[in-house]
Amino acid sequence: MASNKKYWKSVEELNPNSSIVETLKQNEFVEEIPVDEFLGDKDTLSSSSTTRRDFLKYVGFSTAAASLAACEGPVKKSIPYVVQPEMIIPGVANYYATTIADGYDFANILIKTREGRPIKVENNKDARFGSGANARVQASVLGLYDSLRVQGPKHNGEFVSWEDLDKAVVAGLNTAQNAGKKIVLLTQTFASPSTTKLISEFKAKYGTVEHVVYDAISEDAALNAFEAKYGVRALADYDFSKAEVIVSFGADFLTDWQGGGFDSGYAKSRVPAKGKMSRHIQFESNMSLTGSNADKRVPLTPAQQKVALAKFYGYLSGQGASGDLPEAVDQAVKNAAAQVARAGKNAVVVTGIQDEDAQTVVLAINEMISSVVMDVKAPKLVRKGDVKAVSQLVKDMAAGNVGVLITSGVNPAYTLPNAAEFDEALKNVGLSVAFSMKEDETSVQTTYIAAAPHYLESWGDVEMKKGFFGLIQPTIRPLFNTKQFQEALLGWTGIGMNYHDYMKSYWEGSILGGSSWNQALHDGVFTGVSVIDEAASEEVDQLVPVSVAGAVSKLSKATADGMELTLYPKVGMGDGQQANNPWLQEFPDPISRVSWDNYLTVSKADAEERGLENYHVANGGLNGSYANVTVNGVTIKNVPVLIQPGQAKGSVGLSFGYGRKAGLKHEMQTGKNAYLFYGGFNPVQTVTIEKAGGDDHEFACIQLHNTLMGRGDILKETSLEIFNTKNSREWNKLPQVSLNHNEVDASTVDLWNEFDRSIGHHFNLSIDLNACTGCGACVIACHAENNVPVVGKAEVRKSRDMHWLRIDRYYSSDETFEGDLETVEGISGLGDSLSTFGEMEHASENPQVAFQPVMCQHCNHAPCETVCPVAATSHGRQGQNHMAYNRCVGTRYCANNCPYKVRRFNWFLYNNNDEFDFHMNDDLGKMVLNPDVTVRSRGVMEKCSLCMQMTQKSILDAKREGRPVKDEEFQTACSAACGSGAIVFGDINNKESQVAELKESDRVYHLLEHIGTKPNVFYHVKVRNTQEA
Amino acid sequence: MKKVIRRNSVLRIVVIGVAFLLSFSTSLLAQDGDPAAGKSLFNTYCAACHNLDRKMTGPALRGVGDKYERQWLYDWVHNSQALIKSGDADAAAIWAEYQPAVMTAFPQLSEADIDNIIAYTMQPKEEPKTAEVPGVVGGATGGGQSGIGNNVILAALILVFGLLVVMLYLVNKTLRRIAEANGVEFAYAESEKRMPIWKAFVKNQFLVLVSVVFLLLGGAYFAYGYMMQVGVDQGYMPVQPIHYSHRIHAGDNQIDCKYCHSSARVSKTSGIPSLNVCMNCHKSVMEVAPETATAEHSKEFYDGEIQKLYKAVGWDVDNQEYTGKTEPVKWVRIHNLPDFAYFNHSQHVTVAGVACQKCHGPVEEMEVMYQYAPLTMGWCINCHRETDVKMEGNEYYEKIHEELSKKYGVDKLTIAQMGGLECGKCHY
Repeated sequence: MASNKKYWKSVEELNPNSSIVETLKQNEFVEEIPVDEFLGDKDTLSSSSTTRRDFLKYVGFSTAAASLAACEGPVKKSIPYVVQPEMIIPGVANYYATTIADGYDFANILIKTREGRPIKVENNKDARFGSGANARVQASVLGLYDSLRVQGPKHNGEFVSWEDLDKAVVAGLNTAQNAGKKIVLLTQTFASPSTTKLISEFKAKYGTVEHVVYDAISEDAALNAFEAKYGVRALADYDFSKAEVIVSFGADFLTDWQGGGFDSGYAKSRVPAKGKMSRHIQFESNMSLTGSNADKRVPLTPAQQKVALAKFYGYLSGQGASGDLPEAVDQAVKNAAAQVARAGKNAVVVTGIQDEDAQTVVLAINEMISSVVMDVKAPKLVRKGDVKAVSQLVKDMAAGNVGVLITSGVNPAYTLPNAAEFDEALKNVGLSVAFSMKEDETSVQTTYIAAAPHYLESWGDVEMKKGFFGLIQPTIRPLFNTKQFQEALLGWTGIGMNYHDYMKSYWEGSILGGSSWNQALHDGVFTGVSVIDEAASEEVDQLVPVSVAGAVSKLSKATADGMELTLYPKVGMGDGQQANNPWLQEFPDPISRVSWDNYLTVSKADAEERGLENYHVANGGLNGSYANVTVNGVTIKNVPVLIQPGQAKGSVGLSFGYGRKAGLKHEMQTGKNAYLFYGGFNPVQTVTIEKAGGDDHEFACIQLHNTLMGRGDILKETSLEIFNTKNSREWNKLPQVSLNHNEVDASTVDLWNEFDRSIGHHFNLSIDLNACTGCGACVIACHAENNVPVVGKAEVRKSRDMHWLRIDRYYSSDETFEGDLETVEGISGLGDSLSTFGEMEHASENPQVAFQPVMCQHCNHAPCETVCPVAATSHGRQGQNHMAYNRCVGTRYCANNCPYKVRRFNWFLYNNNDEFDFHMNDDLGKMVLNPDVTVRSRGVMEKCSLCMQMTQKSILDAKREGRPVKDEEFQTACSAACGSGAIVFGDINNKESQVAELKESDRVYHLLEHIGTKPNVFYHVKVRNTQEA
Repeated sequence: MKKVIRRNSVLRIVVIGVAFLLSFSTSLLAQDGDPAAGKSLFNTYCAACHNLDRKMTGPALRGVGDKYERQWLYDWVHNSQALIKSGDADAAAIWAEYQPAVMTAFPQLSEADIDNIIAYTMQPKEEPKTAEVPGVVGGATGGGQSGIGNNVILAALILVFGLLVVMLYLVNKTLRRIAEANGVEFAYAESEKRMPIWKAFVKNQFLVLVSVVFLLLGGAYFAYGYMMQVGVDQGYMPVQPIHYSHRIHAGDNQIDCKYCHSSARVSKTSGIPSLNVCMNCHKSVMEVAPETATAEHSKEFYDGEIQKLYKAVGWDVDNQEYTGKTEPVKWVRIHNLPDFAYFNHSQHVTVAGVACQKCHGPVEEMEVMYQYAPLTMGWCINCHRETDVKMEGNEYYEKIHEELSKKYGVDKLTIAQMGGLECGKCHY
């Protein structure tokens, strides 16, 4: 007999009046089914007369029609040149030496062009200055193909001709001159000798001309201090490769401090050679890239840094200094001073404190110890900005004293802290012209937008360091109707020459000294005698000696008035001029691993005090509270908060470069504009923070905040002392496995028969964790070389980022990784292990940081290969793990079986898809694609190929010329991009190769050696110089 | 010594004799010249810049002997620049018209040679051989007749078969009538009782099973065959915007493939030659030789195609100059590997020394270019399995060859043994 017992699934069902239950009875789905727009509109749908049968008929017909139409293959057209340029052979890349000088980044580079299109930035090996291309420079080639570039000169939103613009400007210039009003050129730092001369000629013609140089992120204090001491408005250069002891007070010199470019020198001194490596001590508030590379990092608020610097000077000079510091910090300062004193001329002290006193003291210290690291004879000229002049300009404009304003390479309406005032003052300027590639915040307000070319379409010269010149040459014909600033200036000055000829004649007259112009252009670099010498030498004699004592005493009295905010440029975004670059937006910050955002970095203690929190949600994403941040009465609401391990208590950080709106695709309009807080061009500000209500912020974070949990297996490090004194078996332990009940080295046990790889090439990649600074140039280089798609913030949050090469960042929860190990070994019992591991996930206040680039490890015994049901991934005898995209059916089994998590799945079609409106969705942006690498489609797995296309090309070149391949010819995109020499690629069967030599080092280890995958990528144990005194 | 002297004297006699004979013959032909010898000289030395009837780099030369004095012509040919500099009015006039093109000096041409050339240029212009056209037309009609002949035969055969059928029917009818008349009965009813064949088939379940299995297998076979040819364009022969005949260029004129497809030597693509490469020759080749014409395409047709080239490249034939107005040619791409397959011409052409014809077929016989090979992966792989790597004289291979040949115990190595079958070698 059937029972009439009532079954129920939820308590709600027992409620007879529940509307939810009623709804559920009626509808199969609680929510409207999320179908696409054509079904989304319910009214239209129900009013439609199409019946189900009709619908099926239509479907049937269109399917049949589509398949019939598809029977005929598409006819492809091939259009050859009418007259083929001599240098262009379709399918063969050409390289041109040029220089980037966008006012923020300066580097000598090579540009790879294919069929006339620049597609990649490479390092210029002839460069004798700087570190080569950083991540932003690597990405800058994409800016050329930005679909939002201004395509011609504009007036009131309408395109005009250059003739009209020139006529109007010349008329405006004459009017201003006659009326006695100022003509102001507000430009970036050009550091261009020929432009300097051109501007002086422009001045001579129009008289009332004033040239104001403006750096969005100012180095004014350092410039002033240097000028006061040495008479030249420049910055001291530092060669960290000579340094034995480096002490830095808030100088993030591995990124953009004083123009950047110090990382390759730094990395050289970091690799232990003959038992020696440099010792790096960092005092800072934000956790910076530099601080995370330091041997000892002391978190200090900006005010404490000043005091610490004063005391450091006191200890070093033996004069002693007052000032209040916590005892541990004081001891650290004392130790640092002692180490500097011992190292003498091989030590160097640097500071990033934007304060003339601090900069003066540091220059004095380096001079006192006669540091060989610092070079003041040939200083850097890449920052010239004068904040006083800029402030004065805004006042002049507001007062109506400026008749003509011409800007180039700057965007003051975005980057000025008083941008609103500037906007208002701009209305009082008779004629304003902005040379800009974008309709950005400034150029939309000026009378004329003078469409400027990208640097890859321009001519130019740069003197980045006194006597070290670079040349800029176009690598493609201008894509649009553009004209560069210098070209226009020549026209307005009435010099009947184009800029190329002008520059050439200037170089032949003043710089080359008889050397060949063509050779200089070919090399892209030239070392000669600087033209600024004569001008400067006279002034030096009149210098007033600067009082160091006064500066020190001022510094020692520094106090903070509450919480201190330090504004900083992010590695990926810099000053924000490349904000529309999807590569850079998706580039994860090396420290926080957050992409597509800027955020307020807060220490854990401060966050807890204010109820700010970070937490993970079910899909692995990171959420964070919002805070309202106020500086000097300016409030930015809803700034996302990121709890940053290592952030000095009492300090917070916020990065520049975000929060732009004008001239950006919707997806790129991310973050908050920190320039609003940049009052007085001082990156350190007193700040008040309060928690904002509402929903929490969703971060797109690539690697979450967990700790290494003592798994020294994947990241091995040791101290210099142990490294020097103990056997490598002790600090580079081989994992043990049990074989026949005996513990044996994991590398001796194998499931598989070994394949003979001694014949032909066998590629290996070496990564030195000591040399790697985590700068990320390799990540972008990999993007550019391998057509890696950009997936957008929402997808990154779902861990669907496509980076073939990632740089993992590990925090140790104790001060050292050994501390972690000890804690783990001390665990007894399950209960203890659960709670201890839980505790270890909380990062310590000042964790140690390590960076580890991880790409496909190209295991000789690859777990991915054995599980592929269609043999889409297989092994080559040259050591690479191949991936045949067209064979892949997308089971994702390989990714699940990969212990290193380096395989990336194409969840969507990322090209030609409006849902992913990045560079691969428009014809212009697609021009950056590398024609030698397949653009992957939806549903296939992809991963690092060890740049197979590059090794194959090197081999083919050698075959064609009938010679063996030279060692340096084998490169991958990452190894070629690595300025610090951390990534080295080569053939280990060639015993003379660099990589074969590196493989013999006793620092070598493989990731997760105990699982026996036998990777072809190997790492070098990180050694820290922990010597305290 | 004596011997030598004697030989010398013999030689001298011979030389003098020949010289005498030669001078005699030249004096005989003086001022007249030999048009046949002149034609060959003309083609060797002059045709690059001169045509008889058309202005090219230099002026048209027909009847040039009447325009200038013979001595002047000798001087001009031997060194035109000297003549111009000497202030000669005629020479200056020519220079004014054709500068900056400087005529090559031909001091090696004797006056007799020049006479021969002039004799050739003095020949009256040949009228187009109209007689040939009816011949061609006649040929065509002849061909047509033979075609019709086949049809006629076919029609006749059909007629004969039709007649046979009718006759059979009539014979049958007559026989039946005779049989009826003789009283023979037909067993119509019996045949109606017999089970129809389809019913019998349905009843035999085994047979049904077997045939279904065969049908399915057959269907699968053909479906597979159909699927496998999707995207395989072997024999693809599209109509191109300019009828470019590889037969004429690579076949008749023996032009090396890599003269035009030069990037095949160094690049992954063989490259479609840019139009300036065509103009290297077609500046002077303005029309095809009459014997180039075939039954299919007349000389006028080919000449028209050359005009298309001039239009595309912007060449003004009359003034022998570029107008700057270009219309790039939109060729239809024939060989088209999918993007996920990497193929490099230089690897095959330069390194391996594979003849172009190996993959592209008898291009020198192709009037219209078509895809000869299937360009499928199986086709690539087969060749890689069978072909030995050409290692001789290539230092790159020295070490690897030595080691690998020891390993496999062979002297020659196939591409497969070198790792040429690995996925990643072509797919990345």
